[in-house]
Amino acid sequence: MAERVRVKTMSPPGHVRAPHYLRGKTGEIERPLGAYKNPEQLAYGLDAAPKELFRVRFTMAEIWGDRAERAEDTLDAEIYAHWLERL
Amino acid sequence: MPHDHPGHDHDHGLSPSGHPFRADNDAPLTYWQRMEIAARELLIEKGIVTPAEVAAQIDAMDARSPANGAAVVARAWCDPAFKARLLSNGSDACREMGFDIGALHLVVVENTEDVHNLIVCTLCSCYPRTLLGLPPDWYKTRAYRSRAVIEPRKVLREFGVDVPDSMTIRVHDSTADMRYLVLPARPAGTDGMDETALAGLVTRDSMIGMGLPRQP
Repeated sequence: MAERVRVKTMSPPGHVRAPHYLRGKTGEIERPLGAYKNPEQLAYGLDAAPKELFRVRFTMAEIWGDRAERAEDTLDAEIYAHWLERL
Repeated sequence: MPHDHPGHDHDHGLSPSGHPFRADNDAPLTYWQRMEIAARELLIEKGIVTPAEVAAQIDAMDARSPANGAAVVARAWCDPAFKARLLSNGSDACREMGFDIGALHLVVVENTEDVHNLIVCTLCSCYPRTLLGLPPDWYKTRAYRSRAVIEPRKVLREFGVDVPDSMTIRVHDSTADMRYLVLPARPAGTDGMDETALAGLVTRDSMIGMGLPRQP
């Protein structure tokens, strides 16, 4: 059973890597990728702590609703753990 | 311009191929162009890199081309054990073939009878440059970056690829540290072909998922 997660709806200022179109959307962990230095700090030349990174799979219906070309098509994106809440 | 002389502004007409001559780049440098030159000159002045090393690195980048990716794809078509390694750890499989891909973290996604994958970077233009070379211009446009996630089937049709409704499309948005390569499905009628000949069928766009391999 795949683990379900939701992308947080926060909108912090500055450099982030969680695309706006996925905020608040629910998906499944496709695979864990390990820990990578947090780009939100790296972008400013700061000492960046490693953060767990996941590939999360969303259905097009979840992202676009009735506007989806085909509901069952999917979109995978890499999202850092601090942007995800487990459901 | 084919010649350089001040004091007049006339029409230089068309080149022998019928196109207007490209204007000289006389505009002022942009902020980031100045920044790049300043940083490069400082690195050289401080003895951290030499101009020859900078030129060699540009040469190394330009030497990378979709042919490297095509060789990887052709190997995967011919060697099931290699394909399994490629799908489980794309970077190590590419290094095994002798390609210098630097710190690339490569995820390889496989096209099958039921699934068509395509790659986009909505945030910028992330691309497996150390394997495939520089990305095509369209890959970096806002139009591709927004439409590929909203209406991938329509964009694919504009690229001449009609994915039937019976197949699932999986779009991969390259949002962080991974880079992606599509392993296209091996075309029918290629049973007798060797790895080198097969690599010739693998196009750049087919490895982004915006095209299919050539037919033999």
